[in-house]
Amino acid sequence: MNETILFSIYIFVLAIFVGFEVITKVPPLLHTPLMSGSNAISGITIVGALISAGAGHSTLGQILGMLAVISATINVVGGFMVTDRMLEMFKKDKKQEAK
Amino acid sequence: MDVLSNVIYLIASVLFILGLMKLSSPKTARVGNLYAMLGMFLAIVITLLDKHIIDFTYIIAGIIIGGAIGAIAAKKVEMTQMPQMVALFNGFGGIASTFVAYAEYVNTNHTVGGTDVVISLILSLLIGTVTFTGSMVAFLKLQGIMPGRPIVFKGQMTLNALILIATAGLGWYFGMDTLNGELYLLIIVGIAAVLGVTSVIPIGGADMPVVISLLNSYSGLAAAATGFVLSNNVLIISGALVGASGIILTQIMCVAMNRSLTNVLFGAVGTDSGTAASGGEQRTVTRYTADDAAMIFENAESVIIVPGYGLAVAQAQHVMHELMQLLEKRGIEVRFAIHPVAGRMPGHMNVLLAEANVPYDKLVEMDEINDDFASTDVALVVGANDVINPAARYKKDSPLYGMPILNVDQAQRVMIIKRSLATGFAGEDNELFYDDKTMMLFGDAKGMLTDLNKILKEDE
Repeated sequence: MNETILFSIYIFVLAIFVGFEVITKVPPLLHTPLMSGSNAISGITIVGALISAGAGHSTLGQILGMLAVISATINVVGGFMVTDRMLEMFKKDKKQEAK
Repeated sequence: MDVLSNVIYLIASVLFILGLMKLSSPKTARVGNLYAMLGMFLAIVITLLDKHIIDFTYIIAGIIIGGAIGAIAAKKVEMTQMPQMVALFNGFGGIASTFVAYAEYVNTNHTVGGTDVVISLILSLLIGTVTFTGSMVAFLKLQGIMPGRPIVFKGQMTLNALILIATAGLGWYFGMDTLNGELYLLIIVGIAAVLGVTSVIPIGGADMPVVISLLNSYSGLAAAATGFVLSNNVLIISGALVGASGIILTQIMCVAMNRSLTNVLFGAVGTDSGTAASGGEQRTVTRYTADDAAMIFENAESVIIVPGYGLAVAQAQHVMHELMQLLEKRGIEVRFAIHPVAGRMPGHMNVLLAEANVPYDKLVEMDEINDDFASTDVALVVGANDVINPAARYKKDSPLYGMPILNVDQAQRVMIIKRSLATGFAGEDNELFYDDKTMMLFGDAKGMLTDLNKILKEDE
């Protein structure tokens, strides 16, 4: 086991703890936007996809990369947009102001 | 350059975490989503400037196709279809990980690094593919293309276990000679695809909230595994965050449905829909009309509405909001009690009501409102059943036993709008229907609420 992987495991484990801390503070009211939003974040694989699609090592690699770019972009664009659409609908009671 | 891109990746990771932190309140949530978007944008831009990228053709094609599909889907989807949508997106996240991991194997001319990379690669292919096919099955079930009932066959669990063992074995052989290991990897992807299907088909429609949450977690873990393959920290951090999020939601759903995760995954008890109550002693219920209900509201001061998925099925959210306004005009305090499993995915009912312009401060979660039922004049139940069944408190042989329920039975009067006396998913008869203080309003939720609104308007 080399140092890089050990370092990566450190980051992974600590990030899981951060995740638990942050997510437990999200109220049930927003659990659906949380799921679609976190879904968009998991589309970060696009970073790897872009390099595969553009590196030009082989046509197979580039095609696989492009398929990855397509899937990840659906995830990122669709996920963030639908989350924004939902969050826009959550409004506080404006009745007092209207009167 | 390498330092710069790593710094940007760190900033992106921080923006993701800040974005999720801002989801702790509906006031800041939208800004939080923008933070996460900015993080993603920065990560993409710095990656495009990477010196390894020499050909942009495939990249541009991919972004245009993916972006168009994503944007159209996000604009067109109806809020009731959100569970299917999230399932679909989970699937794409998973398959993206599979593609990236395999492309990395191809691009490095099959010279995978050490054992650690071999293991990461296998995990990335396995989790990514399982997430993809599992999510597709979940999508088909939620969309109604596949039957929602559990599909079980003999030896299902054995098959799943064998696939996992085979994956480990194939991975071992692959690790011995990665240069000629292509076939092993392809077989792993193939059997992982089967595993995704066989592990989701035995799960019934009622348990879908758990499955979507779990697949959400898998899609994160797949991204993290790909991060290990590429030694890319932003993937590892984001994947871990999403993985943790999915696991928490899975846990919340399991508690709310009174099931353990193993029970959901292997129990195959979630049925497609409720069946009519049969057997037992014959009890009578009195039918009431919208006029009777309107009369009760004349003298009420406080109302708690308990919405279930039936409300959304009947497309009655907007008439529900209208009723809320009519009642409020009369000085009645109206609130909504939201059970954690109201709807088809975590938090689904809140989104459906927010879409119908119900202010979010009227949406109160179960633990916060449960003590208030006793001092409430009317509890109005629309399209919910199991989550208000008192049998969950004491009837030890009931499948509902131990499930947290809304204390609707403690309200002064209970109104239940329902099509028939059919039982809920759990198949347990609800004694509340026969209680003296309960008014059963038989009919379609939308029609009944529309009638009720009309009467209340005439009385004004």
